[in-house]
Amino acid sequence: MAPAATTPVVTLRPTGAVRRRQRVEQVVKAGLLGTASVSVLTTVLIVFSLLQPTVEFFREVSVGAFFGGTDWAPNFQPASFGVWPIVGGTLVVTGIAVLVAVPCGLGVAFYLSEYARPRVRRVLKPVLELLAGIPTVVFGFFALTFVNPKLVDRFWPIGDVSTFSALGAGLVMGVMIVPIMTSLSEDAMSAVPESLRQAGVALGATRREVSTKVVFPAALSGIVAATVLAVSRAIGETMIALLAAGNRPNLSANPGEDMQTMTAYIGSTALGDIATQTIQYKTIFAVGALLFAVTFVLNIASARVVRRFRQAYE
Amino acid sequence: MVIAVNDLMQLHRPASTPPTSHPVVMEAVGLSVSYGAFRAVRDVDLAIRRREITALIGPSGCGKSTVLRCFNRMNDLVESARVEGRLTYHGIDVYGPDADAGEVRRRIGMVFQKPNPFPKSIYENVAFGARVNGRRSKAELDELVERSLRGAALWDEVKHRLRASALSLSGGQQQRLCIARAIAIEPEVLLMDEPCSALDPVATAYIEDLMHDIKERYAIVVVTHNMQQAARVSDRTAFFTTEVADHGDRRTGVLVEFGRTADVFSKPADERTERYITGRFG
Ligand SMILES: Nc1ncnc2c1ncn2[C@@H]1O[C@H](COP(=O)(O)OP(=O)(O)OP(=O)(O)O)[C@@H](O)[C@H]1O
Ligand SMILES: [Mg+2]
Repeated sequence: MAPAATTPVVTLRPTGAVRRRQRVEQVVKAGLLGTASVSVLTTVLIVFSLLQPTVEFFREVSVGAFFGGTDWAPNFQPASFGVWPIVGGTLVVTGIAVLVAVPCGLGVAFYLSEYARPRVRRVLKPVLELLAGIPTVVFGFFALTFVNPKLVDRFWPIGDVSTFSALGAGLVMGVMIVPIMTSLSEDAMSAVPESLRQAGVALGATRREVSTKVVFPAALSGIVAATVLAVSRAIGETMIALLAAGNRPNLSANPGEDMQTMTAYIGSTALGDIATQTIQYKTIFAVGALLFAVTFVLNIASARVVRRFRQAYE
Repeated sequence: MVIAVNDLMQLHRPASTPPTSHPVVMEAVGLSVSYGAFRAVRDVDLAIRRREITALIGPSGCGKSTVLRCFNRMNDLVESARVEGRLTYHGIDVYGPDADAGEVRRRIGMVFQKPNPFPKSIYENVAFGARVNGRRSKAELDELVERSLRGAALWDEVKHRLRASALSLSGGQQQRLCIARAIAIEPEVLLMDEPCSALDPVATAYIEDLMHDIKERYAIVVVTHNMQQAARVSDRTAFFTTEVADHGDRRTGVLVEFGRTADVFSKPADERTERYITGRFG
């Protein structure tokens, strides 16, 4: 045993400087946690603010009348609360928008990530992201004044097209969403390691085969996330639908007709003056809650899909 | 580290190569590669023979990978790369108007330095080339996958989990999977760029044994930094080095010596080769 006298004094207790750094760490951590909780708290608050008027709404209108009815006239006398016309309108407009945005967005993403020379990519990507910054009201106006009269009215073969159409609104909404779809899926594709592309090429695969059989599956989780965001944007988009789709509850499968989406209903009704305790007021919240539920389910479902098909690379 | 040439030669397996040479599969004549204005390697004359392992050795940056990537036209992916000289496969110009890069790569397979399995199942990794290069029945694919995995000495370790992700394998297993994937397209030439440099000694020994076992069926070209490895596995060795170009300040790779491994290691014709293989390269 070593004599105690010669043992140097060893201490592992933090010095003053170390303790100061630890305090800074704690403050930073608390600050970051604070910002994170703001967004979580907001979501919770939204749910709660939707919940109470929604519950009150269903005290006055039966669930069956809401989900089973095909006549949407909450602001008329006698009022009718069958939600299908505006759900249908949302489905049609969203469907068209997604049919435009997902293939186009993916195509552009494939081009940028797999085909374009670096110089082309450096120019094109920011231009595309600029497109994402255009206010939706401008897109809506474009749909109303150009796409509806000049394209839909002229070329849509079925039925009479009025000034408004779900088709025009959906097409323009799709174009509006292309940049987000492109940007997110291009990020996912670019993140696929170059070594995997080389492996594909070395096995005799063409660029297209490498894109579809190597890059696409490896980037799938990011692409699904981009698609979900695109769908959510389309479901939630208000201004274009309000301006160009017609804002008339209309349960129809013909996209050349005018329709009302759930968001357009909320937007237009909330603009008028309605007293807070009326059924009209509560209807807004019921539709809002339905929108929230749809997007929520969509997100859960997509998380499942991703987990099922994901090809994780380290 | 200084290794006596005699020690290295003891590592050399008794050559399975008969004194008569095997037929030439690929031949480079006056091959030079530039990246933009920079000439990376120049005037390379090489003959790659069937049933032989050809090792490319030399100091870092001398152009071994660059030369190797010419053989299956992987340099096509590098926009600035320009290939001059003649490179033939059975007498056909690999860079000629009649040669399609895809066809070239189907006959000349490649294994990379870092194992790069696709994030797919073990089965799908091996089947990839066959799926891309034309449809086959399920039974044919099953047979091909088993044959290739056996060929890469991996079958027994993975036969019960062919549907598991390739990324669940160890690094050495992943590299053997990449070899299985490469031989599944039934190439005639197999290019390997430092295939063991990311592996531990045991996994390395596995791959070396594997190379020795499969060389009867392929012409193998392997880049290595490991002198013992070159001595152990190869039949012929090409030694590259760098020298200052006539103009410019960057060093260009040149082929110094190319011959039977036994000769290159025991009686190198060039002083630079001897310095390098005995570890006195400066
Ligand atoms: N894609 C490229 N673009 C530009 N220059 C390159 C490229 N690839 C290689 N080079 C240059 O070419 C020269 C030869 O490189 P190469 O990778 O062929 O060397 P190497 O012998 O394989 O080296 P190492 O043993 O380190 O792998 C080097 O000077 C390198 O910087
Ligand atoms: Mg190299």
